[in-house]
Amino acid sequence: MKLKYFSQSVAAVALILTVAGCATMQPGPSAVDNSREVEALARRFPSPFDPKLVSDDAVADAMRVSFKNSESAKLDRLTQTPLQKACTEASRSGKPLDDNLRSELQAAALASVKYPSDGKYFGDWKRGETIAQNGRGLQFSDKVGDVAGGNCYACHQIDKKEIAYGNIGPSLTGYGKLRGQTEPIVKYTWARIWNSHSFNACANMPRFGDAGILTEAQIKDVMALLLDPASPVNQ
Amino acid sequence: MKKDKLIAVLLAATALTTLSVQPVLAQAQEDSQKQIERYRELLADGNPAELVEARGETLWKQKRGPKNASLEACDLGLGAGKVAGVNAVLPRYFPDVDRVMDLESRIIYCEITLQGFTMDELTKRPHSLNPSERQTDHEALTVYVVGQSRGAKVNLSQSHPKERESYLRGEKMFFFKGGPYDFACATCHGVDGQRIRLQDLPNFQKADNAQRAFTTWPAYRVSQGAVRTMQWRLLDCFRQQRMPEMVFLSPASIDLITYMGVKGKDGIMDAPAIKR
Repeated sequence: MKLKYFSQSVAAVALILTVAGCATMQPGPSAVDNSREVEALARRFPSPFDPKLVSDDAVADAMRVSFKNSESAKLDRLTQTPLQKACTEASRSGKPLDDNLRSELQAAALASVKYPSDGKYFGDWKRGETIAQNGRGLQFSDKVGDVAGGNCYACHQIDKKEIAYGNIGPSLTGYGKLRGQTEPIVKYTWARIWNSHSFNACANMPRFGDAGILTEAQIKDVMALLLDPASPVNQ
Repeated sequence: MKKDKLIAVLLAATALTTLSVQPVLAQAQEDSQKQIERYRELLADGNPAELVEARGETLWKQKRGPKNASLEACDLGLGAGKVAGVNAVLPRYFPDVDRVMDLESRIIYCEITLQGFTMDELTKRPHSLNPSERQTDHEALTVYVVGQSRGAKVNLSQSHPKERESYLRGEKMFFFKGGPYDFACATCHGVDGQRIRLQDLPNFQKADNAQRAFTTWPAYRVSQGAVRTMQWRLLDCFRQQRMPEMVFLSPASIDLITYMGVKGKDGIMDAPAIKR
């Protein structure tokens, strides 16, 4: 079947080349418009598999025409950052990132972290719980400027009273109780939320601070949910 | 469908909604898992999608459009007029348009060529979006055709270069990480046993997972009280992925459905299914 197909295709290409060749060699008003026949032939004998049509560029082209631009979700979201590109390749091929590249990407991510301007790391754990429950924000169906949530429960167990939690990320139940509130832990947790790629270049967790998903004040509330001894997470 | 079954389904749905929205009762994970299983069993007993299917069948056979013709002569990939089993071989290459089409594209193609409708009017609002809204004709037609594939074994052709290209592009799109959340399809659908909240996520690298996912769409979504098509499924995945709004019947959607269908080879079609 494949062989037969291939020989048909070769014949078709040869035919198309001949026809095209004639057209270029004998231009002028007398030239017959045969584009329809060429089209019909191309349709009847489609070209053999072309690797260019599955290249990264072809994929990018196909994606560019497959999405609508809108105020709430612009088409520039389809343009990958170097990190997104590297991590796409790593997950597709199953080959981990090169060590140098990984250190470079993680260092850049860590350098992006903005620690609280007033030196205060903790807000209100109750507001933090609301943020952790809220799955809205930055979707094409959301309004620009709407308050986004962190949607933490989509992937993490947090307050153990909430049974509808996902498991893509590790359980955070008892987070503060297990780790304490020392400065390294507090700063690490802040950086992990701000830009999770600081510690694992291809981490699944969004960059809540770096990508502007949550505000500084919201991140303080989530910090309290995780680390405040009064938070139900640490009971 | 029997009325009491429907009522049982709706009661179960209400119970689960209450369970997930107001998690005041600290229940052991095992208990909730049992409840979810029970809820799924109840769901499987009666599917409101059957009503939409019946309406789709009437629409399929009805003379409609400027050409006053039915869709019965439509070639969905197994020959003109053949409806049985088509969803198990789609997307596939169609020589008359020289490209790969999924089921929903092909139905719309037939409505244009046989009935004389325009692309614009057919694609303007393909999905019913408000819970109170009637299901669209497109949804009804799709669900009817898909229902005629129940029991058919999934087997997408990969012998045409364009089918192969579609699959390979779809594979790359599946792993494409992008947008403000850095998500790819693979982020949630590339690992075993993952869940978002209580929702199990199929891992498309596993044949049984891919088969179950591919063979159970379209589905009646209890939480939305509506039948949803595969095109809608992808649109909504991209919404949660924080990508821009996917264009209905777009090249990326067809490539991804091809990818899923090839991964789901040998699955037995069981759609329209019923889901949470």
